[in-house]
Amino acid sequence: MGRARTIARRSFLIGSAAIAGGVAFGAYFVTRPTPNPLLDGLAEGEAALTPFVKITPDGITLIVPRADVGQGIASTQAMLIAEELDIDPGMATLDPGQPHRAYFNGTVAADGLSFPGWDKGFVAETVRDLMMNVARLSGSQFTGGSSSTADLHETLRRAGATARETLKAAAAARTRLPISDLRTEEGHVVLPDGGRIAYTDLAADAAVIAPVTDVALRPASEWTRLGKPYQRLDIVAKSTGTQAYGIDVVLPGMLYATVRANPGRGGGLADYSADAALAMQGVQSVVEVNEGLAVIANNTWFAFQAAQALEIDWLPPDYPASSAEMWQALSDAHADEFRNSRLRDEGDVERALNRATKIESEYRTPFLAHAALEPLSATVLVEKNRVTIWTATQVPHVVRDAAAEVTGIDAANVILHALPAGGSFGRRLDHDYVVQAIQIAASMPGTPIKTTWSREEDMSHDFPRPLHMARGRGTVEDGRVVAFDLDTISPSLVASWFGRVFIVPPGPDAMLVWGAFDQPYAIPNYRVTGYAAPPLVPVGSWRSPGACSNSFFHESFLSELIHAAGADPLEERLRLIDHADSRRVLEAVGEMASWSGADIGPRRGRGVAFAYTHGVPVAEVIDVTLTEQGIRIDEVWIAADCGTVFDPVNAEAQLTGAAVYGLGHAMNCELTYENHAVQQTNFDAFEGMRLHHTPRFHTQLLGLAERVRGIGEPATAPAAPALADAIFAATGRRLREMPFNKFVDFA
Amino acid sequence: MDLTINGTSHTVDLPDDMPLLWALRDGLNITSVKYGCGIAQCGACTVHIDGEAVRSCQVALADVWGEITTIEGLGTPDALHVIQAAWIEHQVAQCGYCQSGQMMQAADLLERNPEPSDEDIDAAMSGNLCRCGTYPRIRAAVHAAASAMREA
Repeated sequence: MGRARTIARRSFLIGSAAIAGGVAFGAYFVTRPTPNPLLDGLAEGEAALTPFVKITPDGITLIVPRADVGQGIASTQAMLIAEELDIDPGMATLDPGQPHRAYFNGTVAADGLSFPGWDKGFVAETVRDLMMNVARLSGSQFTGGSSSTADLHETLRRAGATARETLKAAAAARTRLPISDLRTEEGHVVLPDGGRIAYTDLAADAAVIAPVTDVALRPASEWTRLGKPYQRLDIVAKSTGTQAYGIDVVLPGMLYATVRANPGRGGGLADYSADAALAMQGVQSVVEVNEGLAVIANNTWFAFQAAQALEIDWLPPDYPASSAEMWQALSDAHADEFRNSRLRDEGDVERALNRATKIESEYRTPFLAHAALEPLSATVLVEKNRVTIWTATQVPHVVRDAAAEVTGIDAANVILHALPAGGSFGRRLDHDYVVQAIQIAASMPGTPIKTTWSREEDMSHDFPRPLHMARGRGTVEDGRVVAFDLDTISPSLVASWFGRVFIVPPGPDAMLVWGAFDQPYAIPNYRVTGYAAPPLVPVGSWRSPGACSNSFFHESFLSELIHAAGADPLEERLRLIDHADSRRVLEAVGEMASWSGADIGPRRGRGVAFAYTHGVPVAEVIDVTLTEQGIRIDEVWIAADCGTVFDPVNAEAQLTGAAVYGLGHAMNCELTYENHAVQQTNFDAFEGMRLHHTPRFHTQLLGLAERVRGIGEPATAPAAPALADAIFAATGRRLREMPFNKFVDFA
Repeated sequence: MDLTINGTSHTVDLPDDMPLLWALRDGLNITSVKYGCGIAQCGACTVHIDGEAVRSCQVALADVWGEITTIEGLGTPDALHVIQAAWIEHQVAQCGYCQSGQMMQAADLLERNPEPSDEDIDAAMSGNLCRCGTYPRIRAAVHAAASAMREA
């Protein structure tokens, strides 16, 4: 695939426009065949151009449209612009901007296809191009799928470069000096005599000249910020309690609300009495909202108390009442009529399975809550012709459109203040909590109302990671894995989530088999089949969707076969891997851990797993010790390759954080259902990893892969199978179901 | 009811049984104190009362026995506490939502134990959840802060 084509696929057309007192640089969102579409746009005003950089005499604003949910992407986006613009991003204002189709995410759409990420063939690349354009036209502004850096890194640098060169042109015009004599530094154009003109002083000039768009991006060798350790721009605020999150909005005259929804998601409301709740201190009103009732009060605590005092008869939802029935539904869906995809089918699997003794195993992963530490919250003010929303969301365009639909107010009059999230892990790809907050505020026009879910509401009304099971069959011969056949069974996440926020795309659900069908192994007889079970509870994207379960199934079963073959877990993976980037991370993790086999001494064990997700190969090695108190995770080595690393300190944090997320939930978390309701409603029953469980981490990002990819999710998926593999090495016990603490204790 | 918070007196007109957390957040707009669980399982709401780390979601207003310190009382962006400086130096925060509570817990630990081992840190800090998984850097930052405080 040629470079020109890659640029065309991933980039925007960058231009400029005049704004009050200054100039904006940004994306012109529809490619028009006119010689100078930007000048056409100017006549229409700022709306024609969606900016990434705004410069006025008052200062520089960088628009960072991807949501920061803790992964640090606000900083990375700003740093990408700043590298080319030659400014200290710490001196600029960061603004998430308003939802706009120009901020569409093409990468996340292209990644959702039925092609493995390492397939760079003509068909895969052509369909990816097509999906980029679908995303462009639909204007979907998702933050998710570890796609932000991959999607925007070039666009943001081009916006910065265009702004810089245009400011230089403005300075040249003003000083009558040749542009080649000018350079830029820290927000200034520097003249040959050492004189400096601030960008802010040039803004008005720059607004009335043609933008300089034919700008080459600086090579990595010239970067002064990117790729070097730097402080996240939010680190001081987040270390001093001065960072305001969505839940922290304070407005004059604000009221506080909470929601009590049907514990059986999707079940209706038969009848209720609000009398007792309305008689309680501080309570203003009770209103009906989607899925249940809301209490509006003078303090969140009053609202929480009153919500518990509501007397409600719920109608049951249409899904099975208990976890046992749900597992049965999944097992029943392992049948031809539920077959959804067979995106991997190599060799002659049936013949190979019949030629030797079959090894068979079944694996299970439970529903899991996202359980971000900041409970879901949104503050909304509904006025006569305007809706203003303060919240954290990964789908700002969906929130905007929902506000228009709920209130009947034009979407152009919906103002969204997108705030940082106290975690998300995929939960804020849904907007149910914002819709309720809009309904609540619409009941009291003119009054801003902050709606906060209790932790119990948050845990019991998540769109959880789906229940997932798999059955593997395989054979080994002469010390080698010969046949690998994995059937993976789950309700369709794509059908559930897309049904809520967009439309359900046709074709097989690739996410159902992510982390299984797309692994770059060259097993001679290799097959992965997806079965879409009937919907159970509505489900959502949970850090590394699909792969967070499938990688556990795939890698665990591969380890079982390798063990049966009597081969070394790392050596046999290296023999089977058929992808240069992936081979390198496996080799790297082996070197980091000084791998010499799974046996590392009595009562100890070493495990390995590999996953290729989000276009990123990741290999992890884990050491455990069996102590008097149970299994202790001692060390974790992670090697990954996401191509060029722009933000190394933060990338390392994402690797370890993703592994902690994967390990903690594998150790001790599940959501189970009884009477249609979630049984784990707070952190006492859903702990995850705590400090005393935390191993020492050793990480390496190779930086050799050709394409830039994101690193927020990829280290999640291989963590659980690597841990299971280590526990097997230490104890001889193969754990095939999460959470592992159903079978072993953890120290 | 009178509360002394970071050395300043405040009067609130709220019921005795309201958790301190909600008096601070919604009554006084001190939103650096975070709601995470409401049942003392996450530590996001940790403040000090007379220098001792407590879960403000579990302390009824009527039971507040002394002066309250929140993260702002520890230090500010212009006048960082040693612990905050260590948190910045080690780039601990991801989403950052738990970190005020983490730092208040660490301040309590270092007040009592100026040279904590990894085991001491684990024991003192395991009640503070971090869903982003910043634990390795929390450990490093606590050690760094301890070292800086000993040298100060």
